Amino acid sequence: MYTEKVMDHFQNPRNVGEIEDASGVGTVGNAKCGDIMRMYLDIDEDGVIRDCKFKTFGCGAAVATSSMATELVIGKTIQEAMQVTNKAVMEALDGLPPVKVHCSLLAEEAIHAALWDYAQKKGISIEGLEKPKSDIHEDEEQEEEY
Amino acid sequence: MKELIYLDNAATTRTAPEAVEAMLPYFTESYGNPSSIYSAGESAREAVSSARELIASTLGAKSNEIYFTGGGSEADNWALIATAEAYACKGKHIITSAIEHHAVLHTCQYLEKKGYEVTYIGVDENGIIKLEELEKAIRPDTILISVMFANNEIGTIQPIREIGALAKAHGVLFHTDAVQAYAHMPIRVDEMNISMLSASGHKFNGPKGIGFLYIRTGIRIRSFIHGGQQERGRRAGTENVTGIVGMARAAQLAFDRLEERERKEKELRDYLIRRISEEVPYCRLNGDREKRLSNNVNFSFRFIEGESLLIMLDMKGICASSGSACTSGSLDPSHVLLAIGLPHEIAHGSLRLTVSEENTLEEMEKTAESVKEIVEKLRSMSPLYEDFVREQGRGI
Repeated sequence: MYTEKVMDHFQNPRNVGEIEDASGVGTVGNAKCGDIMRMYLDIDEDGVIRDCKFKTFGCGAAVATSSMATELVIGKTIQEAMQVTNKAVMEALDGLPPVKVHCSLLAEEAIHAALWDYAQKKGISIEGLEKPKSDIHEDEEQEEEY
Repeated sequence: MKELIYLDNAATTRTAPEAVEAMLPYFTESYGNPSSIYSAGESAREAVSSARELIASTLGAKSNEIYFTGGGSEADNWALIATAEAYACKGKHIITSAIEHHAVLHTCQYLEKKGYEVTYIGVDENGIIKLEELEKAIRPDTILISVMFANNEIGTIQPIREIGALAKAHGVLFHTDAVQAYAHMPIRVDEMNISMLSASGHKFNGPKGIGFLYIRTGIRIRSFIHGGQQERGRRAGTENVTGIVGMARAAQLAFDRLEERERKEKELRDYLIRRISEEVPYCRLNGDREKRLSNNVNFSFRFIEGESLLIMLDMKGICASSGSACTSGSLDPSHVLLAIGLPHEIAHGSLRLTVSEENTLEEMEKTAESVKEIVEKLRSMSPLYEDFVREQGRGI
């Protein structure tokens, strides 16, 4: 079902963990749907991403897309990181099964959410960056009928 | 090759070599059509007939009450749709449970679209149907109660005898999907007042693509597959002779050693339940601890997701299944886990291990170790666990 690259990133995920006093942290997705991603960014004075770490609750594809996304943004400037789209993440993984495409979207959103947090802290605005729409707690109160 | 530890016997079982052996002559030697006049069809006819007798005897039924089908799902579809059609003049109300297999649930939804009314009875936190609620739901226009014998995901065994008594007292037909229970525990259709019962060959070491529906004499349900006089005109199509022979042989093997198999499976099951409950923190055993299939283990692990767990188990050669959304092809986790009251995020982290007597204690040891190790690894990557630990640290 998964490509070799997806399996590799799932079995040996890169950059798992937390960054203390991170420049920006973003959490997207919700537990109800079974996927939550959290990205930590360490950004230097020149706006270059020095380090990126993640934690993910989710399926194999969710872990692999998070792992790949961290690899794709490390060493990039903020504007370059903005170009790391879900498509780029998918391509880097040699594709995802259609039902798992939303995982790559989540990875893109997680990066954006972390960048948003950074921009808020810094009091700056990043071109093309919108307030993250995903709130991990937004669905908590909803009761599901049978 | 890595040695395989097969723990998905609720999904399907290994066909018993004895069953395969019994089937073989009917492929290349006695391949005649059981409906034919000439003598070459006779041995096939006889094989089908003695298979029918054998299966009937395992339920305390008559052989003309057993109808062979293409499997458990067909039997469920037939029982529900044909009863609905045949008894529509009496009423259009059906009662079932919230934790049925989709073969029953989706058929009920189909019937709802056709103008029938279906009441879905809830279950308690262990997955046992609420009998009072069931009795209250019976109305003058109720024509059928369909409740599974034992649940395929969490292994809970339902109070079938009590449901049968209720159905009888109210003059309502009672169908039970016994796909997980048949040939795993004793079932007597008369004592339990069962009107119809579905079973599937490959769940008890028989071949795939064969099952049967028991229909009590006197029930007026009509043909489901049209086009021939097979199965006394109620299910057309040339008999799956090899499948029927293989399923009957598997049933014979199972019933010959029912108690011994149950005892062996329970030993393996209980070992796994004990090790996992004791050694993996923040887990929950789903399903009733006592009224439980002898082969079923089902746990939810907080802070992790089921598909990741399955892939990592697979890498260690362990075959298991999960009720997480990712394994169901939808966004929602298993309807059974939600019905017993698990929140979505906990239902996503579920694991089902179903043993057979062919498994060994060593395999259970390795499985328990692997589950422990993998859950720990996945938690170390989980933002939910990170938040939980942080809150614990704050003394919340």
